[in-house]
Amino acid sequence: MDASGGHDLVIQTRDLTKIYRMGEVEVAALNGVSVEIARGEFLSIMGHSGSGKSTFMNLIGCLDRPTSGIYLLEGRDVSRLSSDQLAEVRNRSIGFVFQGFNLLPKQTALQNVELPLLYAGAAPEERRRRAQEALRAVGLESRLAHRPREMSGGQQQRVAIARAFVSEPALILADEPTGNLDTKSSDEVMEIFRELNRTHGITIVVVTHESDVAAKTQRTIVFRDGRIVETAA
Amino acid sequence: MNSAALFGVAWSALKQNAMRSLLTMLGVIIGVSAVITSMAIGTGARAAVAEQLQRLGSNLVVVVPGSITSNGVRLGLGAQQSLKLDDATAIARSVPEIAAVAPQANTNAQVVAGNQNWYTSVVGSLPSWPAVASWSIAQGRFFDAGDVAAMAKVAVLGNTVATNLFPEGSAVGHTVIVKNVPFRVVGVLASKGQSGFGRDQDDQVVVPITALMMRLTGQTWISSIAISAQSPDAVDSVVSSTQALLRLRHHLTVQSPDDFSVRNIANIQQAASETSRIQSLLLAAVAAVSLIVGGIGIMNIMLVSVTERTREIGIRMAVGAKERHILLQFLVEAMTLACIGGVIGVALGIGSSYLTSHLAGWQVIVSPSSIAISFIFSALIGILFGFYPAQRAAHLNPIEALRHE
Ligand SMILES: Nc1ncnc2c1ncn2[C@@H]1O[C@H](COP(=O)(O)OP(=O)(O)OP(=O)(O)O)[C@@H](O)[C@H]1O
Ligand SMILES: [Mg+2]
Repeated sequence: MDASGGHDLVIQTRDLTKIYRMGEVEVAALNGVSVEIARGEFLSIMGHSGSGKSTFMNLIGCLDRPTSGIYLLEGRDVSRLSSDQLAEVRNRSIGFVFQGFNLLPKQTALQNVELPLLYAGAAPEERRRRAQEALRAVGLESRLAHRPREMSGGQQQRVAIARAFVSEPALILADEPTGNLDTKSSDEVMEIFRELNRTHGITIVVVTHESDVAAKTQRTIVFRDGRIVETAA
Repeated sequence: MNSAALFGVAWSALKQNAMRSLLTMLGVIIGVSAVITSMAIGTGARAAVAEQLQRLGSNLVVVVPGSITSNGVRLGLGAQQSLKLDDATAIARSVPEIAAVAPQANTNAQVVAGNQNWYTSVVGSLPSWPAVASWSIAQGRFFDAGDVAAMAKVAVLGNTVATNLFPEGSAVGHTVIVKNVPFRVVGVLASKGQSGFGRDQDDQVVVPITALMMRLTGQTWISSIAISAQSPDAVDSVVSSTQALLRLRHHLTVQSPDDFSVRNIANIQQAASETSRIQSLLLAAVAAVSLIVGGIGIMNIMLVSVTERTREIGIRMAVGAKERHILLQFLVEAMTLACIGGVIGVALGIGSSYLTSHLAGWQVIVSPSSIAISFIFSALIGILFGFYPAQRAAHLNPIEALRHE
């Protein structure tokens, strides 16, 4: 398999399976998922609680390895990489946005956004410049020195988004990014995603329970019991 | 990720828990300052002993009662009553290549002059004593052979005794009462000051050995015989002749060991440095234990820190931190903790060394090598005890770490 099959695929999985073993019992959190996501897609994932959405996101986010199956990220098989190699892939190609923001509480917005660049080995001045740019892009140029505690939930999530795209990844994965936000902040966040998707061509996958959030994306995948049951445009 | 960034991250983490960091360092601080202080005192004491023995001269041979067993364990050294005044007389008469012999008997007594009194040590000896023990006379004279023969009640005061009993003027010509016996002061010794161990060498009274034995203590034995050989080269033959003579005089058979021991400066120096080496080793062991305890403290707090910051570790991993980034982050933190503790400990150790020197009057020498050793040691402690917690942090699973509350 490679990515040169006519259309440019960012994500391509075949029979992706994740089995958790709890004592004697085996739980198939993901049960043979095959999916293709093209570069530049803006996609949402829905499904009941426990249907395997987060498990899927962790696998395609290279935070975890599948029990079996194949995962190609930008045409490269990453399903059997070492943990350090996965870290490098996450650093270069993937940005995460979480429901609970997951910012470092004692660092400023700027420092939080600089974090991926720090591990990429960027020089201090470059880190600062690019982090400032990213924060400006999410409308937080006046909050550079604020710590997470000194910001609203919506602002914190925008800092997290700035952190996710500061290293110009191919892919942003957002697991229920609007779950902790009110409607207004939620709309702002989705608007930023749409903007990033349109102007930077970043592929964005958003997990959500809200159909109006899913409606803002181009395509929706629905999970049930670790399988994809529906794909709607 | 460069080292400046690493130290930045470590420093800000330590600063956020300043109090806890300080308490964690305490073990290392105490350990390092103990190392510095004990080494300073040990080095100082060794230098003082060497200097003092050097001053006595390399011609000196000393006979003390009791013996040394072959493996070096001292048995009743100085406790026996085997040495007699006649032994000294015989040595002086028949051992060749001798310059002078000074037997010595000692007691302690309250010495009274008018309404002043002073508790001091009383030494009984012969007119040869100043020459053998390197003393000179500041005022008056030393007692002579006639005084010894007559068991004369004459005394020569050490400088400290003289100034305490006669604060107003010269002691010579006055009378001091020792154990109810009046002694006429005929001279005062020139001051030598403190010995390396803080003992005041001028705090003594010297009287004819006959007067001390017959009039003050009634003892029949003496505590030592100091012999000065004619030259350093003669020392060995003086030692062996003295040994042979005393064995003969003490009627020792071939099987029985010496009931005395004859030593030269080299022996004494060796014994002294052996003693101080053992003391230094003991202190070093104590210091090592406290450094290890300090290290365990660091490990403990680092483990707590890793648990507390599990989510932080997860976040760092999610954005691309590799295992070695996390490992280094916590290792640098532990090492910074230990090194800051080391620096504070060095400062404290230097301070307490000089305080000890000031209060106890001991000579102390803070050597640069002791500073280097203890600093390197504390850094090693940081790495050694920081490694396990750092390893734990580095091996966390990113998903579980992110889910951690
Ligand atoms: N570490 C784990 N150990 C055991 N089972 C797990 C583990 N993680 C997930 N599971 C199981 O896998 C299944 C899928 O979980 P997952 O978190 O992917 O669901 P989800 O779709 O994200 O649900 P939600 O909408 O509630 O977030 C669940 O049944 C869950 O219990
Ligand atoms: Mg989930």
